[in-house]
Amino acid sequence: MPTNMENKEQKGINMQLNKLTAIDYLEMVKNRKISVEQVILSLFHQIDKVDKILKAYLKVNRDKALLEAKKIDKKLKNNEEISPLAGLPIAIKDIICTEGMETTCGSKILRGFIPPYDATVIKKIKEAGGIIIGKTNMDEFAMGSSNENSAFQVTLNPWDITRVPGGSSGGSAAAVAADEALVALGTDTGGSVRLPASFCGIIGIKPTYGRISRYGVISYASSLDQVGILSKRVKDAALLMKIISGYDALDSTSADIAVPDFLASCQDGIEDLKIGVPQEFFQSGLDIEVKERVLEAIDKISKLGSQIERTSLPNIEYALPAYYLIAMAEASSNLARYDGVQYGLRIEDNGTLEDMYTKTRSTGLGAEVIRRIMLGTYALSSGYYDDYYLKAQKVRTVIKQDFDHIFQKFDLLLCPTSPIPAFKVGERISDPLTMYLTDAYTLPVNLAGLPALSMNCGFTKKDNLPIGLQIIGRYFEEDKILRVAYNLERQLAEINRTKPNLSFSDSLKDGSS
Amino acid sequence: MTEKIITKTEVEYVAKLAKLELSEEQKELFSKQLNDILSFFAKLKELDTEQIEPAFHSHITHSTNHFHEDIPKPSLAQEVVLNLTEHKQDGYFQVPKIL
Repeated sequence: MPTNMENKEQKGINMQLNKLTAIDYLEMVKNRKISVEQVILSLFHQIDKVDKILKAYLKVNRDKALLEAKKIDKKLKNNEEISPLAGLPIAIKDIICTEGMETTCGSKILRGFIPPYDATVIKKIKEAGGIIIGKTNMDEFAMGSSNENSAFQVTLNPWDITRVPGGSSGGSAAAVAADEALVALGTDTGGSVRLPASFCGIIGIKPTYGRISRYGVISYASSLDQVGILSKRVKDAALLMKIISGYDALDSTSADIAVPDFLASCQDGIEDLKIGVPQEFFQSGLDIEVKERVLEAIDKISKLGSQIERTSLPNIEYALPAYYLIAMAEASSNLARYDGVQYGLRIEDNGTLEDMYTKTRSTGLGAEVIRRIMLGTYALSSGYYDDYYLKAQKVRTVIKQDFDHIFQKFDLLLCPTSPIPAFKVGERISDPLTMYLTDAYTLPVNLAGLPALSMNCGFTKKDNLPIGLQIIGRYFEEDKILRVAYNLERQLAEINRTKPNLSFSDSLKDGSS
Repeated sequence: MTEKIITKTEVEYVAKLAKLELSEEQKELFSKQLNDILSFFAKLKELDTEQIEPAFHSHITHSTNHFHEDIPKPSLAQEVVLNLTEHKQDGYFQVPKIL
């Protein structure tokens, strides 16, 4: 029976509702235990409390989100049929086009750009009854591993506000980790969902290349880009995966392959799985505490019945240069469209059309974006193409073959998501090459187009920072990845209970308990 | 290993190709950073790829493109698209003189 949720007393802000998982949210909303509006208000309250410091959001969709919530609450009250997501509030990385809502991609060149259409993933979320609660901060054009390359603000890590949340989907990761969002969408070109998920202690999944439509997602490196999900729990990611996956005629790289019931696949055991541990991910450069926690997690998976063996990806050291060359080359081409003519920033100086292009781009694009466009242009230019771009594409084939080879034997691979836990703000930003090395363990997956997930598997003793375990699967076998992740998650009760200490917000009213 | 060292002149040339205007400071900084990064990328030369096909002629996960029937469908209305800029006239985008 519907409860008296319209009752004025209950419309007040419930301090705990922002902490719900997506699965629990659906259960409680569908059973009329809570209203959508209560949850949205609770999230806004949390955003007001912590986001002045964390800066995860670029924009909060206050009025429209509340309006949508009230509409769904009315349907619930009238016992009308409820859509699958039942008003689930979702934060969206500002790289994904949202109709009528500014989409900047973290860049000054797109400030004020209001897309006239929704990306396919947004359309699917809206059709399923999800509510967009805001647009999250990111490295400009998704180029970065720390969120320090945003043209607007630096998002901080909820576990330690002197550290970065990871990038480029750092705003989405910080928002979910700090209970400012129940779930979020990000994008992952070389680790941009998994790395921030690892640094912020949450789940981040990058599905197989082609699994989720990129129509309406601003392009960085088209042969690598994929939409991903950031969530508090494995099943939340499985739920969203089911909603946003599937063939889309508007994306020519979209795969016409059946979408399984990812939630149902979480339920099974993992005794039938053969899992490889590539030794190259456990060598020099790996933080000792990261190594220990990841090996402990692998041991737990072994105890759950999976067969675990060491394996090798012999050419993995070549993945990083190949990845950056390909990404930069594609970026230099994709970003040529920002010329000031049709939308976004335009700088005119009484000069020619050519002058307008140059002034607009030089003013509107940040240092890292310019660096990557320059390198990409160089790698594609006459005389250097064979040495750099063509060579990188050949190495990409070698990396893919290495994965194909060991995936003949194994269902899944396990390794750390990042060689290090979250680093300090300012620590790596002045040295681009050191920043690039942060993605060493995630980007091979994008080169091969494989699916992978990062989940929290413990904390460093020294600084209490989350550590990510990466689970890599075969093409279109996200179901197995989610199954192992869910089985492991159930063994990690204490880790799951551990939340970041947001006491930096205590000076403000209603300090968190 | 012979490394291509990018000179300041080359940095200026590449910037021109990419329609970017760099300050003197940026030119100096980028010359150094681009050299560091390109020397690191030169590591790829260690790997023998003589017999290897480049990866770009097929999607990495499925080998065919998806084509659809060539049937015209409605697209965004002209006024909706022109609303994205102040620089327009008579249904066209307006730009500065070309030469």
